[in-house]
Amino acid sequence: MASGSEREVIIRVADLKAAYDGQVVLDHINFEVYAGEVLAILGGSGSGKSTLLKHMIGLYQPAAGKVLIDGEDIAAASGAARLKILRKFGVMYQSGALFGSMTLVENVALPLEEFTDLPPEAIRLIALMKLERVGLSGVADRMPSELSGGMQKRGAIARAMALDPRMLFLDELSAGLDPVTSAELDQLVLSLARSLKITFIVVTHELPSIFTIADRVIMLDKQEKGIVAVGSPQELRDHSDDPRVHQFFFRQASSEN
Amino acid sequence: MASSPYTGVDLRSEGPSEGVLKLIIAGRLDSSTTGGIWRRASTAVNGAHVANVLIDATGIEYCDGAGIALLVHLRRLQNKANGDLRIDGLRPEFADLLDDGVARVVDVTRETARQGIAEEIGQATVEVWRDIQILVSFVGELGAGLAYAALHPQSVRWRDALHVAEAAGVNALPIVALVSFLMGLIMAFQAAVPLRQFGAQLFIANLIGLSMLRELGPLMTAIILAGRSGSAFAAELGTMKVREEIDALKTMGLDPVRFLIVTRVVAAVCMTPLLTIFADLVGLIGGAVVMLSLGFPLITYFHQIQYAVSYGSLVGGLVKSFAFGILVAGIGCQRGLQTKSGAASVGESTTSAVVSGIILIALTDGVFSVVYYYLGV
Repeated sequence: MASGSEREVIIRVADLKAAYDGQVVLDHINFEVYAGEVLAILGGSGSGKSTLLKHMIGLYQPAAGKVLIDGEDIAAASGAARLKILRKFGVMYQSGALFGSMTLVENVALPLEEFTDLPPEAIRLIALMKLERVGLSGVADRMPSELSGGMQKRGAIARAMALDPRMLFLDELSAGLDPVTSAELDQLVLSLARSLKITFIVVTHELPSIFTIADRVIMLDKQEKGIVAVGSPQELRDHSDDPRVHQFFFRQASSEN
Repeated sequence: MASSPYTGVDLRSEGPSEGVLKLIIAGRLDSSTTGGIWRRASTAVNGAHVANVLIDATGIEYCDGAGIALLVHLRRLQNKANGDLRIDGLRPEFADLLDDGVARVVDVTRETARQGIAEEIGQATVEVWRDIQILVSFVGELGAGLAYAALHPQSVRWRDALHVAEAAGVNALPIVALVSFLMGLIMAFQAAVPLRQFGAQLFIANLIGLSMLRELGPLMTAIILAGRSGSAFAAELGTMKVREEIDALKTMGLDPVRFLIVTRVVAAVCMTPLLTIFADLVGLIGGAVVMLSLGFPLITYFHQIQYAVSYGSLVGGLVKSFAFGILVAGIGCQRGLQTKSGAASVGESTTSAVVSGIILIALTDGVFSVVYYYLGV
């Protein structure tokens, strides 16, 4: 790990521009993610949170600029080099995206089967251990459709962790979940960050969740097409004089529209 | 960390001496390296039959979930043999992972409940019976929906029906044309050789006219409809079911049968006879190409067809295609509504829609043949 003084930069987003069919959604995005931190990407609906996330994980090609993961440009890489970058992170999608035709444990085992030479018994053991970590080893042989929304998200986190990535991207961690389940997921993220030193990049707009888990947040804005604030959530809530940040943290309706 | 000097893992065993087997593991124990030593380590522990196993982990530089799993696995193997396993020198950050409660996973083996053959037959029978019940109730609902639509034509969403008609009918014209043209052409061509021996090539016209209008036109059209539109209905309604759109309709007080299925069935039923007429015509044209090449003038061909084929044959074929249209569209929609959840289930519904559609077409065709025989059509 980074020894002491300077914090290790694990992801660097440099002058990123994102556009759909020529329509610019985000422009001049610059920020870093440090190893071991929980970074939350905030913003209202349509501010480009998910777009930014999908650029960071290499699903979309940036219109300009780049995303460096561990110093390597994900959009420019292809073949084995790209695979190597992809192995460094796991992604949990908004609705879990567990494969409906496989049981929960098979979902978690899939990356292990495809990318390692471990024997079957080892794969099942590892998959069960991942599920135990998210509290789901009891339902390992169920199909995803038999699980509740919160369980599906936890299962998706277990699948994302299958190959022990250093970074986890979570898209809308607590959207559509009850406060108790949502709090449980927050605790899960904290414990993973603490015990496994996993770096988290979380897209969310749930205030309680932001204050519980995030070390640092970056806030996007629709009009600005970019970042309007960076800092710890407490700092932004108490000291920001930007009205957009204020509105977000105090749940005030926007006066403009 | 990413640039560790040594990226492999090393396993050595010492002993067993004085009842202790010593395993020395060194290097990076991660998901890409653990597989290489898993079997060897397991066999070493299993084969030693000693009371005490000592794992010297001092040399482990990095250990992830896979590595921890190996240690847990070895401990479990040793415990099963009533032995003891100690891990020495594991760095505290990795030891934390081992003690983190992750190792509590109890049952590794999958409970595979093998079914007996009797149980399987029983279950299959129950499923077939349930399927029949669902079909019967669906036929009832659809009948009621169609009757209501007939009595209240303004309740049908005609705009949707037109869209479906375009997709299922107009857009099917090229493939229907291709298949029927080739069928007419090939049949005529195949028949030309044996009929020449008897100097009866003129009767190719009878063959093409009768078989296209009475049988092949309606049948091929229906099968194309099942493949193109029955499957599309099932996939669309299935996805709607999975995305809870069907539930949304229900809670809005809109009956999915009336709202979605009646429009589709009405559209398909209107389109099938039209497509069949088109298929008949193109099939005859295919035959005409062969007849022309054999030296018969077009007028002779058409006179011969008029002489051979009655209006009864044409209408009989159209009535049949009308029935096929209801069946294919109905079963497609029904299979779609029956979708459970998930992407795989949509696939199953779609397959089932096409298979059931074709089975129903074949059965109904047989029934019509018998009925037409007795009616003398």
